[in-house]
Amino acid sequence: MLATLGKDIRLEWRSKDALNAMLFFSLLVVVIFVFSFDPLAEESRHIVGGLVWVAFLFAAVVALNQTWARELRNQVLDAYRVSPAPANALFVAKVLGNFILVSLLEALMAPLFVIFYNLRVLGPAWQLIPVALLGTWALVVNGTFFAAMSLRTRSRELMLPLLLFPVSIPAVISMVAATTNILTAEDSAHFYIVLLLTYDVVFTTACLALFETVLQAE
Amino acid sequence: MNVSASDVPAAAGIIAVSGLVKQFGRFAALRGVTARFDAGRFHVILGDNGAGKTTLLRALAGLTHPTRGAVTVLGKTPHVASREIGYMAHPSLLYDEMSGMENLRYFARLYEIAGDGRCRQIIQAVGLDPELSRAVGKYSQGMRQRMSLARALLNDPKILLLDEPFSNVDVHSAREMVSLLKSMRDTGKTIFVVTHQAALLEGVADEFVWMQAGQIVDRTNHLARDLHQPDLNQRGLNQNDRNQAGEP
Repeated sequence: MLATLGKDIRLEWRSKDALNAMLFFSLLVVVIFVFSFDPLAEESRHIVGGLVWVAFLFAAVVALNQTWARELRNQVLDAYRVSPAPANALFVAKVLGNFILVSLLEALMAPLFVIFYNLRVLGPAWQLIPVALLGTWALVVNGTFFAAMSLRTRSRELMLPLLLFPVSIPAVISMVAATTNILTAEDSAHFYIVLLLTYDVVFTTACLALFETVLQAE
Repeated sequence: MNVSASDVPAAAGIIAVSGLVKQFGRFAALRGVTARFDAGRFHVILGDNGAGKTTLLRALAGLTHPTRGAVTVLGKTPHVASREIGYMAHPSLLYDEMSGMENLRYFARLYEIAGDGRCRQIIQAVGLDPELSRAVGKYSQGMRQRMSLARALLNDPKILLLDEPFSNVDVHSAREMVSLLKSMRDTGKTIFVVTHQAALLEGVADEFVWMQAGQIVDRTNHLARDLHQPDLNQRGLNQNDRNQAGEP
């Protein structure tokens, strides 16, 4: 698992394909939304949760589409399939690689959201950390799985959002509601954090159970 | 009728294929292949394009799942026997962005091979320099083929499955690869090569397996094939019958 994770990080560090694409995409979303809405500070707190997570969701799809592209070139995935390495080690490595990448993007973009939307957190700010971690995990675990599923489809870049977005709706609602509650301090985010945790456990388990079948499919 | 792995006698050969059918939609790439292949022999699989050579090789590697029938490798399914199999495909199965050594180091870890010693040894064995820092994507086609062979040999497999190993390789390099394969056969490894350049292997290979329209139609120990002979299927014989009858 660590071998694949190290290899993926090394390859991404050299090319920066996914990171650059995600950064430019997120930056564009922030700028376009700022010019479109120009909200007051109070309004910002109510809408920014949705904007942030929609921006990260779309940006993550860019990275997730790249995840398996390298494995398809020269059919390198076949070399993994004939090796005795377990299928789930590959899956977990890919999920962790994407998690690191999307988390890095969030860390870079969060200050921009704060500046552009003149944000000030009224609720317990520390709760944004579990929301970010659990929300990011929810996006990448399903995204990595569905990206693998759409590998052998003809228009896989279109297929991924079609599969991923409907399944992600409960997680996105939780992420947005939790973030808004923390920013506005109007309600507790506790329920949504627990919901996100449950979602992550259920979908991680399901993906791990099914990934070998997806990997060995022709 | 489905034939399970347990229906194929494990002792029948190092690799046993029984009633193997592989369909892609309505197209049958393999149509009931039954054969056994003994250990320590050099088998060359020949046939026209679309004869089913690559599909058979992929089935032996466990990369293609039979629609019907079974494959056993050393008495196990190919997936279970994966540590004993080395597979080289027509594409390189290498990351273009990494050097040869980095590629092998990664694959070595998948096989739990510690250290760089084995990687260096195998890169040298295929006639390349382990210190070469250039990315594989910038290698010549011949160098890429050699590195691909090195990857297949990395885990010191008992069974080597090679698909078109000499394509786009100059004659001198191809002869060197043949010589390396011959020496590996002499150390007891079982080798399967799918190739259109069979002449390179004449005098080296132990058996030529002729495929046509998804079936094995003949098995000879020389490259020339008597086309006046009815093929295996027309004679109603499978390889087990042939071996029992003492035929080569």
